[in-house]
Order: sequence, then structure tokens, then C-alpha cells
Amino acid sequence: MTNPALETRALRKTFGGLVATDTVDFRLEAGARHALIGPNGAGKTTFVNLLSGALQPTSGSIHLEGRDITAWPASKRARAGLSRTFQINQLFAGLTPLQSVVLTLAQAEETGGGSAGLMDLFRSAGSNGARIEEAAAILENLHLGACLDKEIATLAYGQQRLIEIAIALAAKPRVLLLDEPAAGISQEERELILGVIGALPSAMAIVLIEHDMDLVFRFARSITVLVNGAVLTTGSVAEISADERVRKVYLGEGEHA
Amino acid sequence: MLTILLDGVAYGMLLFVLAVGLCVTMGLMNFINLAHGAFAMAGGYVTILLMQRAGLSFYLCLPLAFLVTAAAGLVLERTLYVRLYDKSHLDQVLFSLGLVFMAMAGVDYVMGGNQQIIQLPPELRGRLQVPGGSIGVYRLFIIAICGVLPLGLQQALTRTRFGSRLRAAVDDRRVARGLGIDVAKLFALTFAFGSGLAGLGGALGAEVLGLDPTFPVKFMIYFLIVVSVGGATTITGPFFASILLGIADVAGKYYVPAIGGFIIYTVMVVVLIWRPAGLFVKAAR
Amino acid sequence: MRGPARFRSMQTGWRWYEIVFWAAAFAMLVLAPSRLLLLNEIAIFALLALSLDLILGFAGIVSLGHAAFFGVGAYTAGLLAKHFSEHALLGDPTIGLGIAALTAAIIGFASSFLVLRGSDLTRLMVTLGVALIVQEIANRLDWITGGADGLQGVLPRPVLGAFEFDLYGRTAATYSLVVLFIAFVVARQVVHAPFGLGLKAIRDNRLRAEAIGIPVNRRLIAIYTLAAALAGMAGALLAQTTQFASLDMLDFQRSAEALLMLVIGGAGNLFGGLLGAIVFAIAHDVLKGITAQYWQFWLGLSLIILVLFARGGLTGLLRLLYRRVRPEAAP
Repeated sequence: MTNPALETRALRKTFGGLVATDTVDFRLEAGARHALIGPNGAGKTTFVNLLSGALQPTSGSIHLEGRDITAWPASKRARAGLSRTFQINQLFAGLTPLQSVVLTLAQAEETGGGSAGLMDLFRSAGSNGARIEEAAAILENLHLGACLDKEIATLAYGQQRLIEIAIALAAKPRVLLLDEPAAGISQEERELILGVIGALPSAMAIVLIEHDMDLVFRFARSITVLVNGAVLTTGSVAEISADERVRKVYLGEGEHA
Repeated sequence: MLTILLDGVAYGMLLFVLAVGLCVTMGLMNFINLAHGAFAMAGGYVTILLMQRAGLSFYLCLPLAFLVTAAAGLVLERTLYVRLYDKSHLDQVLFSLGLVFMAMAGVDYVMGGNQQIIQLPPELRGRLQVPGGSIGVYRLFIIAICGVLPLGLQQALTRTRFGSRLRAAVDDRRVARGLGIDVAKLFALTFAFGSGLAGLGGALGAEVLGLDPTFPVKFMIYFLIVVSVGGATTITGPFFASILLGIADVAGKYYVPAIGGFIIYTVMVVVLIWRPAGLFVKAAR
Repeated sequence: MRGPARFRSMQTGWRWYEIVFWAAAFAMLVLAPSRLLLLNEIAIFALLALSLDLILGFAGIVSLGHAAFFGVGAYTAGLLAKHFSEHALLGDPTIGLGIAALTAAIIGFASSFLVLRGSDLTRLMVTLGVALIVQEIANRLDWITGGADGLQGVLPRPVLGAFEFDLYGRTAATYSLVVLFIAFVVARQVVHAPFGLGLKAIRDNRLRAEAIGIPVNRRLIAIYTLAAALAGMAGALLAQTTQFASLDMLDFQRSAEALLMLVIGGAGNLFGGLLGAIVFAIAHDVLKGITAQYWQFWLGLSLIILVLFARGGLTGLLRLLYRRVRPEAAP
């Protein structure tokens, strides 16, 4: 049996007396289209922060393609192929979208090659035409072609939300974690995001955290429900939507949310 | 041994009174005010002027030093500082550095660059024998005043309406505003009070620390250490940090004079490596 | 539609204004033969400001102690020139410059680990603390450094064995300007590469920088060390061209002056430090003549005014003007 793309074993995180992540065993296969749902305060973002290395777990372990990455800093996990977006935009306000994406591409390439990578680190960013074209293509795919050269701080919220995704994609991940990518944006931009992540390579394992059930059902093939930091259940879309407990804690609430 | 300890405690308590205002502005407004030492210096010079030119008693000068610097703090807060609350830390650093240099040059211009000497009242001079050592009467006076202050502050913070509002504003400025607390007024009063305490500390400390126009720069590192090591969210953190720093500095300079000047930096480096967020800061986990 | 013109923010070739600037700077060597000493001073200040810009403007590290590296460079070069004036190799200013840069870099590297940690506040404390330690050490080692009297008897050999330092500052200004230019080219290469973009990314959002795989600590150590080396070179130039090194080269005020230069010019674009140094040096020259004692007052007043009213500095102003003239034009 091959290793799962991402796996947690008895992962636990407490803040003082509060248990934010409660002994979670989570398994994500290569190529998965998985959704992570749960009511507000269920610990979804904490879980993503543990996976990406933004937080350190209290106990338990995390494995990326079979390697134990629990002790790795966030940057090392990213270089190993784990990429994420943030629920609240975390962008480089003083850079342009193009610079952000070129930087991320360069960073992803550097991972590949020892001294050649080091050389590239100090070669003018503007001299690598192919990389700039690639970055522009990623941004244009997200309908950001008109603001390539504008400072990110000056852009609209919806555009910034899309840049959030563009950067995560530019890292060329094998595992991608999307933390409420569609929060607070227009219907049109929401469809755009769904289209873009729907067209990602099938080998990439993707976790989507989302409140919008419509988006979840259209994207995911499997779902994990998190309640009070613990896994309530995991199953296929059909299983989850038929599950009484899920209906009770989550879907019922979702209808009038 | 006990003598050194008591001297260190007195020194540390003085540092606390000098720096506590900075801790509050840091904690409440997230404002880095490098000019805090300039307020302390102002308190010292106010005392000198009132004693030498107006012939006032030292005891009367202490509250006046507090009031004058508090008033100066209030005016500067309302006119200048208030414009920088939402600016970056770099802007705040540059701005307050500007104030420091202007204050230093201004004092130099008016009062000259030499050390000022405070004539203490006779009853505060001399030394007192205690079992195991001796302590200057004035040090004891400092310990008494500076020991009462944190207790009073702690009471004021926990018992009064102003204190509870202040704590609410420290916790979450937006929520405090939502509750109808006039945060701007709160800031101004707190800033003035903190500056006043610095002024009082400057007046008290002139005899111990020395007073000349370079005061704000000379003691900047001490203030920064107190705030970084003690944290900016409690009164007790900075208090213990100050005492620790005071004892380390006095003991270091006494026992190992050759390297005594480096003791505080060693303390600083060790603390940083050990607890980067500060010694008395509650761990975020 | 697609084409290089679209990617203005990625353009990294030499711009016309850069060429004009450097042509003008070198032309001053010929055009202003009576002000060569001032030109030398400007070049040295500019190098100091440039080095501070790398850590402050690009990496976002606020430092109150950059003078530590400046002073270390000055004493290193001064001591070499003093004790090896007979030695053709070790006595050569360029070798002294290199060793000074190396010494400053070592101290920068060692202290960088403390700067990695904590908030702006702890960084202020650490940078200030390190500078005070260095100054205190220099003060205590007075049998080596000359203590409060300064380092006397610094007699640098001719640069590269050929160019004797002269009274008018011709050699000094040329030498300093060439060193500044080389440092500028290096810094320019660094900041226009992915490395430099990464620094800005760390400055703007450390969390995200880590999330895209940037080894944040390693980058900060690297740039802090490089900045220390460049500051050390600036100090070395001052010691060699003025044949003197003193404790005030390590002083807090020196660090603050470097900050002021950067604020005058505008941080985060390399040219800010250069323009700031020009204005600073000229103002220093003029004001010191009028009220030598109260230079501090003007230093403070300009800091306050700049922060309140002209935060972008000169480069910010120029950019604003440029945008007004050509609304569609680049950053």
C-alpha cells in the first residue's frame, strides 16, 4: 500500500485548558478532493495551521507522503510540497501580484536544485522571462491580468482573495490546503475559484475548508466533519449528507446561517 | 552583601517607576516611545530648577515634578503622539527619537551640559545601620516611595472604574470603544500619568543615577530591557524585571568592576535566548 | 498584448536615472575639486545608509545600533593601517577594507541570531544593546583603541600601492566613490533577485513568507551579515580617509543619523539612502558651521517633521511627481 499524501496520527493541540484539536486521525490520499467542514469554532483553521506548520501540536504526529514532518518548520513543509491559503488574507502588501507569484515560483524551483538554486536566488528576477510568463499565466487564469503590476495593498478585497490562491498554486504543491477560499467574495469570483481548482492536476491532493455546502458538494468527493476539535465522521459525500448526526450539528445550522 | 542587595533593590524600584509608564503605553497603545526617558529627564530638571531658583523644598518638588511632566505628556500626546498611534513602529521610533534629540539639545542649551547636583534635605542624607550591612537613608526613602507605588497602581487597576476601563482597552480596543469607553481620553490620561511617573522617577533618581542632557539616551537601554523582559501586559512583570535588573547591575559593578558594565547585557541576551517573548510574559500557549 | 512592457514591476535593467545619477556622481570628482572632502564624506555616509536600507527598508528590521558595524570597520581598518604601515599587503587600504568588512560581518553574523527573535521592541533592545557592548569594549581596550582619545597614528599606504592620499581629498573621494559604487552594484543585484523579493515578502508578511517555503531565519541572517559588512566598509573608509578612528563612530547618535539619512531619502529602494546622505551631509556641513553644539536639535526636528509630513522621503516625492507627469508609469 502506498503512503497517503498527508496523514495525522492522534494529533492534539491545546491552548491552556481549551482543546482545539482533539486526537485527530486524518488521512488524505494522493489525488483526493476532500472537504473539511464543521460549525464555527470546530477547530478547522487550527487543524490547517497544525498541518502547515504555523502552529506546533501538543502531541501526535503529521506525515507528508510517509515522512514525519511534525518537527519541521512551515517553510520546510512548503518546500516539501505542502501549500496552503489563509482564511484571512496573508499577502505581501508592498509587492505586486506578479512579483509575489514570481517569487513563489522561484522558491518552488530553488527547492529542486542545490547550487544552481543558490545561483538563481541572486540572478535578477526580471531576467527569467519564462518564469515571468508562467506567473502571468497563473494570474491571468484567475482573471488578474489587469493588475499584474499594481501594489497588492491597493487592490480590491476580491482580487486579493484570488491572489491568495494564485500564490498557493504557484508553489506547485502536491498537497494543497484551501482555508475558506471563497469567504466574502462575489458569486462570480466564487465560480471562478471553483473552476480553477476543479481544473488542477488530478494527482494533487486537495483539502477544502468551506462553509458553503453548495461549494462543498460540487467540489468534494469525500468529507470530514470536525466538531469541537474532534473528527465526528469521515465519508463520501453521499454518506455525509445522509448522516443524521451531521445533519444535526452542522447541516441544520447551515440552512439558516 | 545585604548592602549591595538593598542598593540593588532601591535602584531596581527606581527603574520601575521610571519605566512603568513606558510599559503601559506599550501595552495599551502598542506605541514604542523612545522619548520616555526625556520625560524622566524633564522631571529631574524641574526639581533642580524649583529647588535652586525658587528655593522650594525637595518634598514639594517631587509632586510638582510629577505634575509638570504629566502636563507636558498630556500636551504632547494630544498634539503629536496621537497622530502616530496607527503608524508603523518604525515611524514611532523615528518620531520619538526626534523628540529625544530635541529635548537633549534643548536642555543643553538652557541648563548646560554638566552634571546637576541635587541638594537632598539633611534628614535624607547619611546611612542607616541594619543587621548585616548598611543602607543610605535616601535609598530607603526611594524604596518606600517606589514600593508603595506599584501597590497603589495595582489597586487602582483592579478596583477603580478607570482601571477596569483601562484593562478593557488593553484587551481589545475595538470592543472597549463599542462599550462606550472614550478610548482617546483614556489614552491621553494614561500617557500623561505614565509621563508623570517618569518625571517623578527622574526627580527621585537625579541623585542616584546622575542628571545631565544625555540622560534619555543613557537609560534608554534600561527601559527597553524592563519592557521587553517584563512584558507590557501586567504591573508585576515590569516590577520584577526592574528589581532583577537593578540588583544585577549594582552587584555586577560592585563584585566584578572590570566587566560589571556588561552584566545587564548578559542578562538581556540570556533572557532573550531562554524566553524570547520576555521573562514575565504568560506563555501564549 | 503580452509582452515585456506589461511587466514593469519586474524590470531590472539599469534605468536612465540610475545611469544619470552615477555619471553625475563621478563627474563631481572633476567638477567640484574644492569640495572633494565633502564628496568623500557623502560617499561614506551613503554607504552606511545603503547598508541600513538593506535590513530596514528591505527586511524590515528596525535597528538602533547599526553604528556598531560602522565603528568595528573603522577600528579594524585604522588598526591595520597603524600597525602594518610598512607591510605592502596588509597595509594596503583595499586589503584593510576587506578585513574590516569581514570583521564587521562576523559580528553581524553573531548578533543576527538575536535579531531573529521577538518583536520590534526586542529588536530595538538587542541592536542598541549590541552597539553599547561594542562601544564599551572599545572603551575598555584603550591600550589598543586609544580609548576616549581615539586611535592616533593611522597612516594608510597608497591605495593599491599607487594612489597616495592627498590633502585635497582627490584620492579619498575617488576611492570612496568607487567602493560605494561597487557596493551599490552588489546590493542592487541582491535586491532585484528572488532573494530580495523574498526579503520584502518577509518584511510584509512573515507568516506567508514561511508558507511559500522561504527559510526566513536563514535569509535574515544572510542580509544582516551583508549589511554589517557594508557598514563596516563605510567605517573603514572613514578611518582610512580621515586617518582617525574614535568612539563616537560607535555612538548611538551615529545610528540615529543613519536612520535619519534613510528617512530623508526614503527606505526600501537603495536610492533613498544615497539621496538622504547627500542632503544630510550638506545640511550637517552648513548647520555645524552655524550652531555646532546644537546639531542634535536639528537632527531631532528633521526626524519629527519627516515622520509627520514626508514619510516617503525624497524618493517618495520623486515617485509622486513622476506619477503625476505620467499617470500610467511604473512604480
